[in-house]
Amino acid sequence: MSTAAIRFHNVWKKFRRGERHDSLRDLVPSVARRLFSRQKAVEVRPKEFWALRDVSFDLERGDSIAIIGPNGSGKSTTLKLLSRILRPDRGSVQVNGRTGALIELGAGFHPDLTGRENIYLNGAILGLKRAEITRKFDAIVAFSELQDFLDLPVKRYSSGMYARLGFSVAAHMEPEVLIVDEVLSVGDYHFQEKCFAKMREFSRNGTTLVFVSHNLAAVSTLCKTALLLKQGEPVYQGDVHTAVSKYYSFYEENNNSSRDVEITDMRLTDGEGRSREVFDPGDVAILNVTFKALTNISRAHACVYIQTRDGISLFDTATSRHTDARVTLSAGESATAVFRVRLNLRGDVFRLGFSISSEFDEYFLYCNMSVKQLVMTGDRKANGIVHFDPKADLLIGKVSAGEEDLSAALMERA
Amino acid sequence: MIRDFLNYRELLYALTWKEVRVRYKQSVMGFLWAIFMPVLIVSAGILMKVGFSFSTGRHIDVTDVISVSVKGVAWAFFVGAVRFGANSLIANSNLITKIYFPREILPISNVLASFFDFLVASVFIAIVMVFIRPVVSIHLLWLPLLIALLVAITASCALLLSCANLFFRDVKYIVEVVLTYGILFTPVFYSARMFGKWAPLILLNPIGAVLEAIDSVVVLHRSPDLLWFGYAAVFAVAGLIVSWAIFEKAEPMFAQEI
Repeated sequence: MSTAAIRFHNVWKKFRRGERHDSLRDLVPSVARRLFSRQKAVEVRPKEFWALRDVSFDLERGDSIAIIGPNGSGKSTTLKLLSRILRPDRGSVQVNGRTGALIELGAGFHPDLTGRENIYLNGAILGLKRAEITRKFDAIVAFSELQDFLDLPVKRYSSGMYARLGFSVAAHMEPEVLIVDEVLSVGDYHFQEKCFAKMREFSRNGTTLVFVSHNLAAVSTLCKTALLLKQGEPVYQGDVHTAVSKYYSFYEENNNSSRDVEITDMRLTDGEGRSREVFDPGDVAILNVTFKALTNISRAHACVYIQTRDGISLFDTATSRHTDARVTLSAGESATAVFRVRLNLRGDVFRLGFSISSEFDEYFLYCNMSVKQLVMTGDRKANGIVHFDPKADLLIGKVSAGEEDLSAALMERA
Repeated sequence: MIRDFLNYRELLYALTWKEVRVRYKQSVMGFLWAIFMPVLIVSAGILMKVGFSFSTGRHIDVTDVISVSVKGVAWAFFVGAVRFGANSLIANSNLITKIYFPREILPISNVLASFFDFLVASVFIAIVMVFIRPVVSIHLLWLPLLIALLVAITASCALLLSCANLFFRDVKYIVEVVLTYGILFTPVFYSARMFGKWAPLILLNPIGAVLEAIDSVVVLHRSPDLLWFGYAAVFAVAGLIVSWAIFEKAEPMFAQEI
């Protein structure tokens, strides 16, 4: 027997926009029409579309894959095919082993039943035996941290509590294959961290993981490989960081609406001048922007910005802060701005912005807050946005250790 | 597929239990719900009997009253189970689009939950009967088999209608109308015997055949008419097989059509 946990081979799936017949009243005329019109069966009828075209991937036991892509790219469809909720129109889907699907937390909860009753009900829906639930009951409750609310009907729960209970039940089903759809963005920060820890534990214990999320930072720490979908078609499959950067390149529109300057060349490289989009914490990045003046511009300077994906400014700097040089160009002339930064950022995706301002900062000649995506690889050494290159150790007794001791201790251990 | 179903039998229990629990939760009547509908049907039947006795001048017969009660309770089960069963897939659309399990469990658990109500009501009737006329006979041994037929026919209706209701939303209105007037076409308030040589027409309705058989063994203390018993049995088995097969066939489309 092969050890493949998942075989997803050349899968096609089509959907219809709107309903076929909503009521029997519509069915009768439509069947009559079909009987008399003698039309040949067409592959995709007018109202149908392919939600998934020829998607394939294989996963060995213990592997993990992230499926990413914009809304409507077929991620959830893929998960539903894997969990047998949908059947493919072409191709084959094979999943070996006990499958757990976290497609929606607490989908089987009944609002009028208490937390306790819902644990049993939801457990049964997820395929657990009553005896198993009883055995794991305390662990489930402890994980959810809802001890005080167990005998309250879940309709009185907050949405966070609801999701916590849902995740706790699902997390205790010991699946061999776990399919997770965008469910980790629930609860408070503390609970999210707990969920991630649980996911990593699954992954370490040999659970095969298929993971869909828009939280790309989470995706890249949980999975090594990724499948990038766009409008139902596989665009890229392989290293997760590359996939993430390709995903973001979908959004890098040519946003050059400026009538004053035109960006003619833009390169993001590492310290050695190699073109890159994926960086490790602490790497040097160099941004090289060549722009051409379309009108006469005087005394312009350039700015670079780094923002989180949600637009929080982390950093910006301007050529005017480093040099007194400002450029005055007549129409048709070009200039180049060069920035060098050390990326002390933790694993996530950041936006690189660029702007050119005129003399008195009155208006931007050019401004695009998302000219490039910076994809940072993560390591497990730190949380947060920035990466301060931490080292740490635990020493017995009261010791006042300096940097040298720490490095020595760590060296020794390595 | 049967094995899949058996693997999930714990889920069947859990969902049945949920249905029962939810019906009695946050309701004014609590467990009285189980006998609410039977009591209404039985009262209507007794009212009719009284009406008949006035118009014909005959005294109202206690056997008639018991007959109406027994058949009324069984009919109430059929109506309740089919009504809840037909809506079971639609009512749980969030489960159908989110989690995989054999979908048969939804209508079947609704039938079982109604069966639970039926048991409660039956115990109630049995107690009343003990007070009115405590007579039992050997023919009572037929009863479990007859109830099994009733459940099987009900389950096939629930399977078929829940499936139809998923694809065509007007099915539930048709079901409502048929269930409302069905009592007039089924020997509940009356008996097929009253139709003389036309009685078979009434008994073609398999529920009618089963109700009359139950009436025979519980109230009249005689064995059921074997011909009509056989008819109902064939109907029940074939109905269950056919409806289950159709359900299986349609199941892959549930999640995307709902």
